[in-house]
Amino acid sequence: MAAVRTTGEVLRHRLAVVSLVVILFVMLAPILWITATAFKPRNLATTVPPTVFFTPEVSPFVKLMVKRSQLREKPTEEQLAAAPWWERLVLEGGEKVVRSGKGAVQPSGYPSRFLNSLIVATVSTVLAVSMGTITAYGFSRFKVKGEDDWLFFILSTRMLPPVVVAIPMFLMYRAVGLNDTHLGLIILYTAFNLSFSVWLMKGFIDEIPKEYEDAALVDGYTRMQAFFKIVLPEAATGIAATAVFCFITAWNEYAFALIMTNKRAQTAPPFIPSQIGSGLPDWTVIAAGTVLFLLPVAIFTFLLRNHLLRGMSFGAIRK
Amino acid sequence: MAEIELRGISKSFGTVPALRDINLTIADGQFFVLLGETGAGKTTTLRLIAGLDRPTEGRILIDGQDVTDWGAADRDTALVLQQYSLYPRYTVRQNLEFPLKSPMRRVPPDQIAERIARVSKTLRIGHLLDRKTDRLSGGEMQRVSIGRAIVRTPKVFLMDEPLSALDAKLRESLRAELKDLQMTLGETFLFVTHDQVEAMSMGDRIGVLNKGTLVQVGTPQEIYSNPVNTFVARAVGSPAMNLLPGRIEGGRAQLGPGLALDHAGGAEGRALIFGIRPEDVELATGAPLPATVTDVENHGVEKIVTLMAGPHRLRATVPVTVRVAAQDQVRIGWQPARVTLFDEATGRSLRRA
Repeated sequence: MAAVRTTGEVLRHRLAVVSLVVILFVMLAPILWITATAFKPRNLATTVPPTVFFTPEVSPFVKLMVKRSQLREKPTEEQLAAAPWWERLVLEGGEKVVRSGKGAVQPSGYPSRFLNSLIVATVSTVLAVSMGTITAYGFSRFKVKGEDDWLFFILSTRMLPPVVVAIPMFLMYRAVGLNDTHLGLIILYTAFNLSFSVWLMKGFIDEIPKEYEDAALVDGYTRMQAFFKIVLPEAATGIAATAVFCFITAWNEYAFALIMTNKRAQTAPPFIPSQIGSGLPDWTVIAAGTVLFLLPVAIFTFLLRNHLLRGMSFGAIRK
Repeated sequence: MAEIELRGISKSFGTVPALRDINLTIADGQFFVLLGETGAGKTTTLRLIAGLDRPTEGRILIDGQDVTDWGAADRDTALVLQQYSLYPRYTVRQNLEFPLKSPMRRVPPDQIAERIARVSKTLRIGHLLDRKTDRLSGGEMQRVSIGRAIVRTPKVFLMDEPLSALDAKLRESLRAELKDLQMTLGETFLFVTHDQVEAMSMGDRIGVLNKGTLVQVGTPQEIYSNPVNTFVARAVGSPAMNLLPGRIEGGRAQLGPGLALDHAGGAEGRALIFGIRPEDVELATGAPLPATVTDVENHGVEKIVTLMAGPHRLRATVPVTVRVAAQDQVRIGWQPARVTLFDEATGRSLRRA
C-alpha cells in the first residue's frame, strides 16, 4: 500500500525528480551532441547556431568504414547509377571509394583499430580479473607473511601517475620489441588493472563465509575444487563489477596507446583524433567513429547489469 | 563407526594458545558433548578432528589410525555448523548430492537417488528437495545440513553448535530428534555447545573445556553431582550450584558470624567453598540458618527462590506447593552429604584431591 505523503514530502519528491532530470540532461548533453553529429549531413555539422532538426543520414558511418579519396570533379550520372547505395553516399559527398587492383573495397583505418581495441581490452580484462581473483583468494583465506605490506605494495603501483613512466616504458618496449604489438598493450593494461582487481576482489571474497569451503573440504573436495564450485559462483557479482571497471579502463586508455602503438596494434582512442589532422576534418565521420566506440562498454555493462546492481555496492552481498 | 582419540593435542594461533594438552578418547557409537564458553577451544578441537586445521602438538587417531597429517577430505568425517552450513545457490537436493558427487567418492547415480530418498524420509525434508536453500527456515536448514552429513555415512559426525541459531522451541524438538537419530544410526557423534542444558540432555558423556584445557570428562550425572572444580560447578546446572565461602570449625560449617550449618568434620581450619545444588537447599522451620527471601520465580513444576543468608546470596528450588513470597523470613538447612567442598585457593573439589 502506498504510504500517505505530506505536502512537504510531495514537494521535495518532485524537486528531487526535477533536479535529477536536469543533472541527467547535463550529463548526457555531450553524448546527444556527438550522436546527433554522427547522423548529420556534413554541411550541417559545424553550423552556428547548431542545427537541432535535420534529416539523419548514415553516410558518416559508411565513410568511416571505407578508404576514400577526394574527387576532382563532380561524379557523373552513370557513376552514380552504377554504384551501390552506400558507395553513392560517398560519391555524393564529393569523394570516391578507393578500390584495390582487383576491385575490392579498401577499408579505412577504423575497423582494424576498433578490432584492436576489442582484443586488447578483452584479453587484458580477462587476465587482470582472473589473476586478481586468485591472488585475492590467497590473501583472503591464507595467512600470508607480511600480508598488509604486500597489499600496500600492490596498491602502491597505482600511486604513480602512469604517464610518468611512459617514456621509460616506451624505451623498454622498443628494446624488447613489444612496441606496436597487441601483447605489449595487453601486458601494460593487465599490469595497470591488476592492483585494482586484487583489492576489489579481496573485498568481495572476504564477504563469502569461509564455512562454505570448510564444508566442501570435509565433504571430500580439494581446495581447488571448492574454489571453483563454491567460491567462484558466489563471487560472480564481484567479478562482474571488477571486469566492468577493468574493461572501461583498458578500453578508454589513451596516453600509452598513443605512445606505444602507431599502426599494427593501434587502438581506437589515439586513432579517432588523428583523423582531425589531415586536411579539412569531416566532423561527422569523427562523430560516427566516436559513437561506435561508445557502444561496447555500454553493451558490456548492460549485459552484466544484474550482477552490477549488487556488485556496485562493493561487497554488500546478501547474507 | 569409529573411535576418536586425541593424544596430547595442543594448538596455538601465532603466540596465542587455544588448546593445551588435550587427552581424550571418544568411544565408538558415543554421543560426546564438548561443553564450554565462547573461546574455550571447542570449535578448534572440532576443526582439528575434521582436518581443517593441524594441531601444533599431539596426534589424532580415528579407529586407531593416526590421521594427524591427513587432509579433511580423507578423514571421512561430516560437519554440521551453526550457520552457513548449506551451499548457497544450490537446491536442497543438490546440497545433499554434493558430498556424494565428490570426485573421491563417485557414488553411482541410482545409489545417490536412493540414499537421498532415505535420508529425506528420515528427516522429513522430502517436500523441500527442489527448494533453494535461501527459501528455507532456520530449522529446515539445520535439518538439511544434518541430512547432508548422514547421507554419506561417515565414520564420525562433528557438530558445531548446530542448534544455537534456532529459537527455543525448535531447538528443543531438534535436540530430541538428533538424539534419536544418533541412537538409530549408532554412530559416533561429537557435539559442541555452550548450552549446558543441551549437553546434559543429549550427551552420553560430556567434556568440559575451560580456556583451552579439558577440565572434566564424565557422564552428565558425574559432572552434575561431582564437579571437579568450581568452574564446572558453575557451568553445569540451572540454576547453578550455590558456592558459599567459609570454613569448618568444630564440626560445623561456618559461613560467617552466626551462620553455622551441620557438617561432618574434616578439612578443619582452611578456607573452603561449600557447594550445594539448589534442589538440596531445604526450607524448614527448624533449620539452622536464617535467611530472607528476595525473589521467587514460579516455573510451573517448581519455584526458584533467591535467598540472602547474611552476606551470601543463594538459590533454592522448592516444589510449587511450598508457600513462600519475597521478604519472607525463612530458615534453611542442608544434608551434609549433599555438600561438595572446594578448596578456596585452587577451586578444586576436595573429593578429588
